[in-house]
Amino acid sequence: MNHYYFTSEHQLFRKSLRDFLNREIVPHIDQWEEEGEIPKSAFKKLGDMGYYGLGFEESYGGMSTDIFYTMILVEELNKCNSAGTAASLLSHSTLALEHLSKNGSAFLKKNYLKPGISGDLIGCLAISEPHAGSDVSNIQTKAEDNGDHYIINGSKTFITNGIKSDFYVAAVRTGDKGYDGISMMVINRANPGIKTNALKKLGWHASETAEISFDNVRVPKENLIGEINKGFYYIMEKFELERLILSTGALASAEYALEYGLQYLSERKAFNRSLNTFQELRHRVAQLSAELACLKAFNYQICNALQLKENVTKECAMSKLLCTEFMDKLSYQILQFLGGYGYMEEYKAARIFRDSRIGTIGGGTSEIMREIIAKSIIG
Amino acid sequence: MKNYYFNEEHELFRQGLRDFLNKEVVPNIEKWEEEQRIPKEIFKKFGDMGYLGLNYPEKYGGIDADFFYAVVFTEEISKVFSGGFMAAFAVQQFMSSPYLMKHGSDFIKEKYLTKAISGDAICSIAISEPNAGSDVANIRTTAVREGNHYIVNGSKTFITSGVYGDVLITVVKTKPEEGFNGISLLVIDRDAEGVSATKLKKLGWHASDTAELSFDNVKVPVENLLGEENHGFFYLMDGLQLERLVGAIGGYAGSEAALDYSLQYMSEREAFGRPINKFQVLRHRVAQMSSEIESIKYFVYHCCRLHADGEYVVKECSMAKLLGTELSDKVMYQCLQFFGGYGYMEEYKMARMFRDSRIGTIGGGTSEIMREIIAKMVIDDKSYQKSTNTHIIKSKPTNGSMNGSSKTNNNTNNQKNTTMSYESTFNTMKEKAESAQPLGSVLKLNFGENRIVIDGTKGANQVSGEDIDANCTVDVSLDDFTSMLNGDLNPMGAFMSGKMKVKGDTGVALKLQTLFS
Repeated sequence: MNHYYFTSEHQLFRKSLRDFLNREIVPHIDQWEEEGEIPKSAFKKLGDMGYYGLGFEESYGGMSTDIFYTMILVEELNKCNSAGTAASLLSHSTLALEHLSKNGSAFLKKNYLKPGISGDLIGCLAISEPHAGSDVSNIQTKAEDNGDHYIINGSKTFITNGIKSDFYVAAVRTGDKGYDGISMMVINRANPGIKTNALKKLGWHASETAEISFDNVRVPKENLIGEINKGFYYIMEKFELERLILSTGALASAEYALEYGLQYLSERKAFNRSLNTFQELRHRVAQLSAELACLKAFNYQICNALQLKENVTKECAMSKLLCTEFMDKLSYQILQFLGGYGYMEEYKAARIFRDSRIGTIGGGTSEIMREIIAKSIIG
Repeated sequence: MKNYYFNEEHELFRQGLRDFLNKEVVPNIEKWEEEQRIPKEIFKKFGDMGYLGLNYPEKYGGIDADFFYAVVFTEEISKVFSGGFMAAFAVQQFMSSPYLMKHGSDFIKEKYLTKAISGDAICSIAISEPNAGSDVANIRTTAVREGNHYIVNGSKTFITSGVYGDVLITVVKTKPEEGFNGISLLVIDRDAEGVSATKLKKLGWHASDTAELSFDNVKVPVENLLGEENHGFFYLMDGLQLERLVGAIGGYAGSEAALDYSLQYMSEREAFGRPINKFQVLRHRVAQMSSEIESIKYFVYHCCRLHADGEYVVKECSMAKLLGTELSDKVMYQCLQFFGGYGYMEEYKMARMFRDSRIGTIGGGTSEIMREIIAKMVIDDKSYQKSTNTHIIKSKPTNGSMNGSSKTNNNTNNQKNTTMSYESTFNTMKEKAESAQPLGSVLKLNFGENRIVIDGTKGANQVSGEDIDANCTVDVSLDDFTSMLNGDLNPMGAFMSGKMKVKGDTGVALKLQTLFS
C-alpha cells in the first residue's frame, strides 16, 4: 500500500530517521522510562536534524513538507517501544508549534516558533483543566485585561512536557462563558507565579505530565495567538491533525507490537512445537492483521484528504476512535501471547499494554468521538 | 471525504444503474423472494443495458470499462434489500463468467461468454460438494475422458442459479488420485442429459435459487474444457480473489443500506416523547457502526485499486472478505435491534437483511478459511518482516507535494545570505571533511561547472575538484549549498524539496549530514 502515498524520498527520509532514532533515542529509553522524563538535549537533537520543522515555514527554519513526512515521524517514533517517549517528543511540534505556525504573529513566530523548530525552546499545549477536559468550552483559567498585558489565574492539568517546557500554548478565558470567550496565548515559563507538579501515571512513564497553576501571571499582549476569543475555533481546527497523529501513532505501535508478538510466537515452544503453529493463535493473529491493514488504509486515505484541505472532521474522529480502541485490543492480545512473560518488565508487552490505555482518552475520548460522529450523521 | 476512486462518469453510471434498479428490480423483489426465483427476462434486461459485461472486451459484447464500474455495480445491487438477488447477479458476472473469459477457448467465448454478457445464459459456478466445501482439493466429482468427451459423475451442492440456470462451470477431478493437481474446469450445459437438480431450502437469500446437482454419466465435449487439464485449482484460486472482493463490497454496501434505512426509521419513531435517534446510546451505536463501515469500505477500495492495478493480492482480498462480511452480520443484528418488534416483522426490510447477511461469512470461503490464508501469509511467509529498502531516487518530486510558495520565499532568502564563492566553499568543505569521520566511499558535489569531490576510501577524507567516478553524486546549486553550510537550509529539507538531487548510493548522501554538524 505504501506506494500510493509514499515516494522514494519519503522512504529515504524514513530510513535516515530510523537510523537517527536507533542511535540517539532508543538506547536511552529504558532510562527515561525509569526517570519519568526525557532530557531537553533529546529535543535539541531532533531539532538539529530538522525533524521539528516538518510542515512549517522555511522562513522560520521549517520545511514545507507534506503530511506524510509528519506521519513518518509519528510512525517511527512510535516504533521505539515507548509511547511516552513518542508523545513527549511529538507534542512539542505537533501540538504547541502547530498553533504558533498556523495562527501566531510574526513576533511569536520569531521568538517561539523558530527556537522551537531548532529545539532550543520546548513548548507544550495546555488546554485541559481539572474541571474541563473534553468539554473545552468550559475552561476556567482566567486572563484579565490589564493594559498592555493580561493577568492569568487558574490551573491546567494532564499537560505533557508541562514542567520542562519553556513556554505554554495555553487556552485561557478572555471573554464570557462558553466557547466564544476563549483565547490562545503563549505563556513564558520564566514568568513568576507559575507552579508545576508532576503527575504519576499508569503508563507513558517516559513522558512528563504536569499539573500547572497560574497565580497572577503577567503575559504581554503580543503573546496572544491570533484573534481574541477565537481560541475555541483554533483548537477545533487543530484537532483534525492531532487526531490523525494519534491514530497513526496507535497503528504504528500496533504494528510494532504485532511484529514483536509474532517474533515471540515463532521462538517460544509449548507441547513440543512453536506457538505460532497453534491454530487458535494463528487465527487471532490473522484477525488482528486484517484489522490493522484495514485501519491503516483508511487512516492514510484521510491524511491524504486532510492534505487536500477537505473537511474530514467526521473521518478523523472515526479513525481516532477505531485506531486507539484497536490498539487496546491488540496490546491485550500481544500480552496474552507472551503468557507470564507478558506480565514481566523484562519483556516489552507490559509497557506496550499500559502505554496503549491512554489512547482512547487523550485528544478526545472515544465517547466524544462517537458524539462528533453521531452529530455529523444524525444531526 | 471525497472519493478518489470514482470520477464523474462513474457517478453518472451509478445514477443510471440506480434508476434502472428502481424501475426493474426494486418493485419486484418481494415477488421474487416469495417465488424463490428471479425470472430469466430480468437477466436479459441487464444484458441489454450492458451491465453484465462491464469488464469484458467489446468483441464479446462487453463494455470494457475499468474495474471501479464493477465496484459501483456491486455496491448498487447490494442495496436493493435482497441478498438473493445480489447473489445471482454477482455470480453471473464476477464469480462464474470470468472463468470463460480468462481461460475459455474462442469456441467457449463465442458459445457461452457472449450469452452470459447478453443475459441470454444464466451462469453458475459449481465447486462445493456434499463432502468438500472450502477444502476444494478433496472434491470427488470425476470427469473421465472417453474419445471426444468427458464422462462426468458426482454431485455438487449449494450452487447458486443451479436450478433455473443454463451454464454450469463445474469443478471436476480429471486425475482423481491427485489432490489439487488433478482438478479441471468444465463448462456443462444445465440441460445436458444426466444433469438433475434439487432446489434447496435456505435460511435466507430466498430470491436466488440454490441447487444440489447430480451428474450421472453426463457427456461433455472435450472442447468444453476451460484452459488446461489439471490446472483448475489454480484457476479457481486466481478467480476467488475477485469473488472475495465482491463479497467484501456486498458486506459494506449492504451494511450501508441497512444503516441508512435504520436512520430513517429512528428519525421517525418516537419513544418516551422523543425520536429514538435522540437517545445517546443508540447514537453512539450508530457512530461506532458507521465508523467501522467507513473504514472497511475504504480498505476495500484500496484492495480494489491493487486488484485493478493487476497485483495479485491474496492476503488483502482475504482480509477484505473477512472484515466486510463479518461487519455485515454485526450491523444487521444491531439495525434489527433499532427497529424493535418491527425488526422481526416481514413488513419491514430488516428481517430479510438480517437473514440474508448470514451466509456472507460462509460462501466464497468461510471466515475461518480466510483467517487460515491470512495466518499462512503473515506467519509462515514471514511477510511481516520489514523488507530492506532499496531505492532509486527520482530526480525531482513529480508533483506539488511540497509547498511551492514557501520554497520561493526561501530562494530569496538564500540569495540574500549567499556570500561564499566556489573557492571559499571548497576550502570550508575541505576543512570540514578532513576533520570528519571518513565516508568510506566517494561523494561528488556538482555545482554546474564546478565540483567538490570527497574521497573517503583511503583513510581520512581527501577533498579535490577533480571529476572522478563517485559512488554518489549530488547535484545542487552553489547558492543552496552555501545556505546549507551557513545553517540556513537543512540538507534533509533541501533533498526533500528537490533542491538537492541525489544519484547513486543515497546512503553516502545521508552522511553529508555529518559534515554539517
